[in-house]
Amino acid sequence: MTEKRLKTGPDFIWRDMEVGNIVTEAGSAALRRTGDWRSQRPIIDKERCNKCGLCWLYCPDVAIKLLEDGYYETDLFYCKGCGICAKVCTREAITMIEEEEE
Amino acid sequence: MDGKFIKFGKNLVTTDEFVAEGHSFCVGCGEALALRLACKALGKDVIIANATGCIEICTSPLPVTSWRVPWIHTLFENTGAEISGIEAGLKILMKKGKMPERDIKCVAVAGDGGTSDIGMQALSGAFERKHDFLYLCFDNEAYMNTGIQRSSATPYGASTTTAPAGKLSIGQTTWKKNMAEIAVAHDIPYVATACPSYPFDLINKVKKGGEVKGPAYVHIFSPCPTGWRYPTDLAIEIGRLAVETGIFPLYEVENGRYKLNIDRPKLRPVEEYLKPQGRFRHLLDGEIAKIQEHVNEEYAKLKAKVACFAA
Ligand SMILES: Cc1ncc(C[n+]2csc(CCOP(=O)(O)OP(=O)(O)O)c2C)c(N)n1
Ligand code: SF4
Ligand code: SF4
Ligand SMILES: [Mg+2]
Repeated sequence: MTEKRLKTGPDFIWRDMEVGNIVTEAGSAALRRTGDWRSQRPIIDKERCNKCGLCWLYCPDVAIKLLEDGYYETDLFYCKGCGICAKVCTREAITMIEEEEE
Repeated sequence: MDGKFIKFGKNLVTTDEFVAEGHSFCVGCGEALALRLACKALGKDVIIANATGCIEICTSPLPVTSWRVPWIHTLFENTGAEISGIEAGLKILMKKGKMPERDIKCVAVAGDGGTSDIGMQALSGAFERKHDFLYLCFDNEAYMNTGIQRSSATPYGASTTTAPAGKLSIGQTTWKKNMAEIAVAHDIPYVATACPSYPFDLINKVKKGGEVKGPAYVHIFSPCPTGWRYPTDLAIEIGRLAVETGIFPLYEVENGRYKLNIDRPKLRPVEEYLKPQGRFRHLLDGEIAKIQEHVNEEYAKLKAKVACFAA
């Protein structure tokens, strides 16, 4: 990944564009942080989790990752804080807490 | 992409993501989830032609893209024509030996505006010529990407920016155009309705639609918190309520034969679906009763079609 490709948003000017507006890397949107949209964050309680995976299945933002041990973890780089994972969890293992200003 | 699967009872769902994270769909977008699941069903051997709309805009912010499969942006009015050309082109290249024979699914993706209004003519032509393709309509019931303008798929009574509710209007004054039935009328081998609140059903239908020889159409109900004005965590509930009230029944039509995939002995009252959504907040009891009556009628018609093919 070159420095040039990492530029997005306001840092990105027309000179950074490939000729013909070509996008050269599949899935490169994964470079974009969408976690900074969030006003609340999901906290997963491992004690209550039964590894059913429903949070993973229903997250619109691919922000829940499967861990080696079968549990799930939120990926705060992408999580937009919608709260869908907390709603679909049948064990009430996910709670949403307010984000605080940094 | 590691080709692993997660097991949900008898259903296996791939961990491969063909639409990368970092996309810009709104917080809690049901259309984003529907797309994620549909692409899991299709796998990597696809070419996607995608009309303008939330899906196109949110997955292709220059200089990056979310797509990990071949994808092309189309205009509203030519998605059907473009996917026809892609399919015909692949066929001829393979016939002439210019590329190896293999199964590549040609898939068109568009919103309700791009399908039931603007793209209808090209789509009808593609159905009629019997191209081997799958058309996915992601129905969030308005032109959402440009700011909630009404389409012919907007339901009766919904407030939009171009048909706002107020003293003199209830908002949308026409009933939702039934796009799935229009597809059925083209006598194509496979038509289905789906909703991301029923992920395995959605995945099965998209898979089936991709495998069928000839045209296939899947109409996907895609709850939109921004346009429907409900809290961001409710997409799954709203989708379930649409199905359980009979407002959006889940069915398949295979070679003209109807089958209901979810059939509750008793439908829930439409009010339960309408109440949580800001776009219906202004509706009075009389209007709600009118919607209930319409849903009952439409559901009875659908049941009668299913009954024709029972046993
Ligand atoms: C011919 C044409 N008219 C208008 C537009 C502007 N436009 C871009 S996206 C959009 C809304 C699309 O609505 P829909 O197809 O329902 O998809 P959604 O955004 O709701 O997912 C509009 C009107 C356009 N791109 N092309
Ligand atoms: S809050 Fe929303 S975006 Fe974040 S992990 Fe849960 S479902 Fe995904
Ligand atoms: S406007 Fe609606 S459909 Fe479009 S990205 Fe936002 S929530 Fe999704
Ligand atoms: Mg739309």
